[in-house]
Amino acid sequence: MTTSQDAPALSIRGLYKVFADPGDHGLELSRSGRSKDEVQEETGAVVGLRDISIDIAQGELFVVMGLSGCGKSTLVRCINRLIEPSAGEVWLDDREITAMSDEDLREARRRDLAMVFQHFGLMPHRTVMDNVALPLEIGGVARQERRERAGGALELVGLGDWTASMPNQLSGGMKQRVGLARGLAMETPILLMDEPFSALDPVIRRDLQDELLALQESVQKTIVFITHDLNEAVRVGDRIAIMRDGEIVQLGAPNDVVLNPADAFVREFTQDVRLHGMVTAASIMDSSAEAMAGPTEQRYVVREDAVLDDLVPAGLSATQPLQVVDDSGELVGVIPLQRLARAMVSDEAAAAIAAE
Amino acid sequence: MGQPSPKTPLLPLVWLWRLIASPRAGQPLPERWYVRPLAVLGIMLSFLIAYAVGSEDVPIDVGRDVGNALDDAVDWLTTNVSWFFQSIKDVMTWFLVSLEDMLLWFPWPAFIAMTGVICLLMVSWRMAFGSVAALLVLAVFGLWPATMETVALIIVTVTLSIAIAVPMGIWASQSDRLDVFLRPILDAMQTMPSFVYLVPVVAFLGLGNVSGVLASLIFAVPPAVRLTNLGIRQLPAETLEAAESFGATQRQMLLKVKIPLAIPTIMAGVNQTTLMALSMVAIASLIGAGGLGLKVYQGLGRIEPGNAFIAGLGIVFLAIIMDRVTQALTRRQQEAVSGD
Ligand SMILES: Nc1ncnc2c1ncn2[C@@H]1O[C@H](COP(=O)(O)OP(=O)(O)O)[C@@H](O)[C@H]1O
Ligand SMILES: [Mg+2]
Repeated sequence: MTTSQDAPALSIRGLYKVFADPGDHGLELSRSGRSKDEVQEETGAVVGLRDISIDIAQGELFVVMGLSGCGKSTLVRCINRLIEPSAGEVWLDDREITAMSDEDLREARRRDLAMVFQHFGLMPHRTVMDNVALPLEIGGVARQERRERAGGALELVGLGDWTASMPNQLSGGMKQRVGLARGLAMETPILLMDEPFSALDPVIRRDLQDELLALQESVQKTIVFITHDLNEAVRVGDRIAIMRDGEIVQLGAPNDVVLNPADAFVREFTQDVRLHGMVTAASIMDSSAEAMAGPTEQRYVVREDAVLDDLVPAGLSATQPLQVVDDSGELVGVIPLQRLARAMVSDEAAAAIAAE
Repeated sequence: MGQPSPKTPLLPLVWLWRLIASPRAGQPLPERWYVRPLAVLGIMLSFLIAYAVGSEDVPIDVGRDVGNALDDAVDWLTTNVSWFFQSIKDVMTWFLVSLEDMLLWFPWPAFIAMTGVICLLMVSWRMAFGSVAALLVLAVFGLWPATMETVALIIVTVTLSIAIAVPMGIWASQSDRLDVFLRPILDAMQTMPSFVYLVPVVAFLGLGNVSGVLASLIFAVPPAVRLTNLGIRQLPAETLEAAESFGATQRQMLLKVKIPLAIPTIMAGVNQTTLMALSMVAIASLIGAGGLGLKVYQGLGRIEPGNAFIAGLGIVFLAIIMDRVTQALTRRQQEAVSGD
């Protein structure tokens, strides 16, 4: 209750990580604006992160996305210092993680920073229950409370009946539920997730994405979620940071990133995204006075924040342009049926219309 | 003596060259332009010196002096620290005798039946059948007491080896320095001809089973150290990372994660240690150890190859039984721990 609503839960300031850089020579070069390739050529050092600054709000689900090798894992590991940053600061509320002693850092890892891993990181010699309870055991929580909290977390991810199983008896999706339960049982305000669903089949991945969103409704954690899949980023993220070569090239709300890619690199990604869930009635409507004055469909009214998928039923039976209204029911524009059809044909067309 | 062979000065230099050129050497020399030319120059120089001096005669020979000094040191230790060796000997003798008595007190049919049941439960019915048949053969050949003495020797040797090797391996896995330091020592323990240390062992402990155990230890400890060390070092990075991310201390990492996960590999080390100990049974009899090894030795001495063969077969039987059982143990651990 001491933190105000707008103070960031997690704040990353001017963060650098340069690997294989004993004399900090690569760091200096990177600071002076040299690219990752240039630094590697000159010094052999590998730039993992270059001047990253992000503020993540309380309860936000913040997604970091980018191609393999762009530094996502490095970034998330610099937050709990599994990887030691070369320069810069990470703040947890009003505590600076990057300045903590080993002991304070361990304490912060136990109380504040849970983490979920791509390949689950389960202990094969422990039961599901004992896996989930391991962090609590390490944190010195009493046995009874450990079992209660671990059991509760397993219940939450739908594995209440599997507590006595061994990890190798579970499917990939179930293993990651265990990983998630383990993170939740720690009851930390912050959850770091490094490509948690990337190793799973698409169907299971969607299930888990939905489940994560449902859980987030109730637990309201501050989540840093890493992915290389923009569809996933768009589905789960409140905000998305897109990384390339250790830098953030665009940061914004999902529809912002998809509909207004900052550069050709980001556009590459966004081409593959299913836009239907992204394009809203407002983004494709015609709000010119003449269009609004023309004849419109009387049987249907659509809200301006309705997504393309939601327009399909109305669009199929309408004979006139659809009316778009705002929260107060005021007419704000119309969608000519031809335009709706075009938007639905292909994602590119929808993006083009939205950009008009 | 002999023809001056060009290989004589070359071999260590080849070795040196490998060391310099190998990217795996601990601290490789910096890749400067002069490193390789210098090494080549050094080798050419050694040829010149070799042919100038005459390669078969090294100008100085301190081998004898050093060897004599070592002999003196052994003498000094045996006379001045004998109380220490004597107490070790007393304790171990007590253990060995008690264990042997216990094994002999056990009725032999019961022992055979028990071995059969263990093999049946852990390995296969085939192995159960085989082990019972093998032990029966040893019993009817009048080798039962010798077999039990060997079993007692092996149990003590393996127990002591594991008690030394596993903590040592764990320690080595946590310290690169110790690892680098231990490696040549372990190599030496495994490759040093055993006759070399039989004499000092006898000097310290006299003839007997205890000396046999000690000589076997030298050979049986290294594989368990290596495998324990390796088992802990090669654990999947993400699993360790996970434990670290929960705020585990070094100690918690070791006790709650690393050692439990390394158990299958450590068990493989126990298996190796058992076999090494068995392979030393005959040699240990040279310094007074009893059991099947002694029967082999006696057979040899009395020129009774048949009897030596039968006792040797006994050692093989024991080795196979112990190997299959410890292997089954290892496999169980592995199955319990395998990720996918
Ligand atoms: N321990 C390391 N030593 C040297 N380079 C590393 C190390 N870890 C990561 N890198 C490099 O840093 C960059 C970012 O890696 P990473 O954060 O793992 O990428 P991502 O998770 O986005 O796939 C890559 O170029 C990778 O090769
Ligand atoms: Mg990664």
